[in-house]
Amino acid sequence: MTNTNENIANVPEVSALPFTPKIIVFCCNWCSYAGADLAGICRYPIKPYFRVIRTMCSARVDPEWILEAFKLGADGVMVAGCHPGDCHYLGGNYRTRRRVAMLRTLISQFGLQPSRLALAWISAGEAEKFAATVNGFIDTVIALGPSPYSKKSPLRAKEGVHA
Amino acid sequence: MPDKIKLALGQGATCSGCDIAVLDLDVELLSLFAIADLSFAPLATDIKYADVEAMADGEITICLFHGAIRNSDNAHSARLLRKKSKIMIAYGVCAAFGGIPGLANVTTTEKILQTVFQDTASTVNPEHIRPQTKYVSPQGHTLELPELYDEVLMLSDIVEVDYLIAACPPTREMNMQLLKVVLDFVQGKAPLPPKGTILALPKTMCDECDRTRPEKIIVDEIKSVDYTRIEADKCLLEQGILCLGPATRAGCNAKCMKANMPCRGCMGPTSAVIDQGASMLSAFASLLKTSNAEHLIPEEQIEKLMEKIRDPLGTFYRFTLPKSLLKKVVDDSNKPFTGAPR
Repeated sequence: MTNTNENIANVPEVSALPFTPKIIVFCCNWCSYAGADLAGICRYPIKPYFRVIRTMCSARVDPEWILEAFKLGADGVMVAGCHPGDCHYLGGNYRTRRRVAMLRTLISQFGLQPSRLALAWISAGEAEKFAATVNGFIDTVIALGPSPYSKKSPLRAKEGVHA
Repeated sequence: MPDKIKLALGQGATCSGCDIAVLDLDVELLSLFAIADLSFAPLATDIKYADVEAMADGEITICLFHGAIRNSDNAHSARLLRKKSKIMIAYGVCAAFGGIPGLANVTTTEKILQTVFQDTASTVNPEHIRPQTKYVSPQGHTLELPELYDEVLMLSDIVEVDYLIAACPPTREMNMQLLKVVLDFVQGKAPLPPKGTILALPKTMCDECDRTRPEKIIVDEIKSVDYTRIEADKCLLEQGILCLGPATRAGCNAKCMKANMPCRGCMGPTSAVIDQGASMLSAFASLLKTSNAEHLIPEEQIEKLMEKIRDPLGTFYRFTLPKSLLKKVVDDSNKPFTGAPR
């Protein structure tokens, strides 16, 4: 907490960024969301370019939702859950881990940088880790630039096709 | 006897297997032609666009359109037939969800032309000649070719579609069911089903499959169907054969599995999901076997395990890439961003 002011000074102004990313962070109810909540209570500074969606378990995040987030123009998606072995539902996060690993291969076949999809294990007490992980991911996504899926394809625009 | 209805068989990017599927009605063709006249069927009759343009709007009762939308001619054909038809049916998986032609969405038109007109070993093209959409001959004749689109589309991307029939190609039973719907409507026995109906079942292929489904499936190794002796009555996934049954809509009577072949997903996704690939990925990720307790396995090893599926995009989206959420591959090479701030 000692370096809080310094951290705030490190958050860049919106106008200074090449672009403001849109990032979706799926947080499980029992660990990561509580960690995010605690990060807020502790007033850890986090760059304001992410939106949290709470799910009961990280395994509740259907791969379809992740693909839909990219389709709707998300520049990065993070799935955060309980540490391996600590899942509230015993084994949900193992499924998450397998799916995210396979999704990374899939999205790289679609041409996206696999680092646009992140996986993090954050417990209810790890507020500082939540802030650091999200800040780090935001930096990664800013370095990658906007997602190509945030632009509508010229053919679809010309033919009047719904997105 | 009321007047006969008019039937059209429209074509997009197709292999014409769907035309053959209609012929497969065999003796039932007689009951079809008892109530219907073929007013447009390029494969069977000599007919030109001008003849269709001369028809009144809505003159064709039912159009079965098969094939994806790959070029400007397919789009023109689809729009024209939509205008002239009362009922438009996306017939077969290509029209319904993009089908095999939809796999062209893994590349770009530019790359395809480069391969076909430049890179293949047998091509000699020192002048880098590429096909033109318009050419004026020295005699002043203008010749035109359709424009190859940069992306394969489904029929419903271009026009309003009333009903969908997936499968590659639609089976005889599905055609019989369609024929019955049409007969009942023409004879005034039953109204048409609600718009947007997919003529299939809402559940997954596994519900229809005769093989015994075990309580829990663990896949140790993915095997090739060509080199494996398949046991009858045992679930194909359990035998290590990648079968898309869990993510595919039922309605074809699980024909492939009866012939010891895995489901490849030509019926498209079930009614509950949009993206067939994501749904199969989710199902398959849970099936792979791990050697020790899962919490002891490091992330890298999990990634290795998941790499057992060598081509998830091509396998999971074989028939539905244009219907999927991401639809087409993109270029996300890590260039410094220079666009306008947003």
